[in-house]
Amino acid sequence: MSAARVGVVTFPGTLDDQDAARAVRLVGAEAVPLWHGDHDLKGVDAVFLPGGFSYGDYLRCGAISRFAPLMEELIPAARAGLPVLGTCNGFQILCEAHLLPGALTRNASLHYVCRDQRVRIESTATAWTNAFAEGQEITLPVKHGEGRYVASAETLAALEAGGQVVVRYVGGNPNGAMNDIAGIRNEAGNVVGLMPHPEHAVEELVGAPSTDGLGFFTSILKKLVNA
Amino acid sequence: MARVIVDVMLKPEILDPQGQAIARALPRLGFSGVSAVRQGKRFEIELEGPADEAAIADVRKMAETLLANTVIEDYTVRVEA
Repeated sequence: MSAARVGVVTFPGTLDDQDAARAVRLVGAEAVPLWHGDHDLKGVDAVFLPGGFSYGDYLRCGAISRFAPLMEELIPAARAGLPVLGTCNGFQILCEAHLLPGALTRNASLHYVCRDQRVRIESTATAWTNAFAEGQEITLPVKHGEGRYVASAETLAALEAGGQVVVRYVGGNPNGAMNDIAGIRNEAGNVVGLMPHPEHAVEELVGAPSTDGLGFFTSILKKLVNA
Repeated sequence: MARVIVDVMLKPEILDPQGQAIARALPRLGFSGVSAVRQGKRFEIELEGPADEAAIADVRKMAETLLANTVIEDYTVRVEA
């Protein structure tokens, strides 16, 4: 069969698109560049929304990006089941687009945090985490100033009850996120957002803390090949 | 021509660490008697026409759609006299 095609979106101010595309290629999938200004998903099988500072984080992180022409295509596609992963700024965009509940706000410490972070995989029932074991602890880089996950008490309770918390910080919460939440999924499990960066932890050569991030990419490959 | 003001504030239950940092700085600068500070955003919307009911409804829609994230923020709309 032809290689699975994973779209990687670039907005003005996106930083991590090249790392994301590289990680996609490392697991044997094809990385398809997608441009924020196009009304075109190029028929991809999944989409990666990378980190950075899209539109300069003006107004709120992700607030402008969610109205980009590409997002007008992506939002209905994601609602219809297209697998989408957003990391860092990508997570913020998914929340602003209401594809995921809640919001990401200024770190409680007010400091930008850049460190290797221990996290636990809480849900493997997603397109992006099925290659992990439930409860598995991994180490990924975090780097953000606005990563404190907040949601209403009812939303939090629903996320916890429905197993929609996908990744949780362990060994210290870098931003004050409610319930130590690092990442969540939608009800269907095709849309996942997290603050840590799996795409920065795929190769030993570059001094990443681990290659634990690879699991997110092997997960989507497994999902697409078995589809 | 009219100016409509939209004030956007974090909901009361959402932690505002920036406001807290400002509140902590005030006593160091010699200001006393402040029990809390909340930080928000103010938008000044210049209308081409009058601030009639339809225009205000439009501004509310702008606030709802873009200016505020109603998951975490409240907004108020008023016409500047």
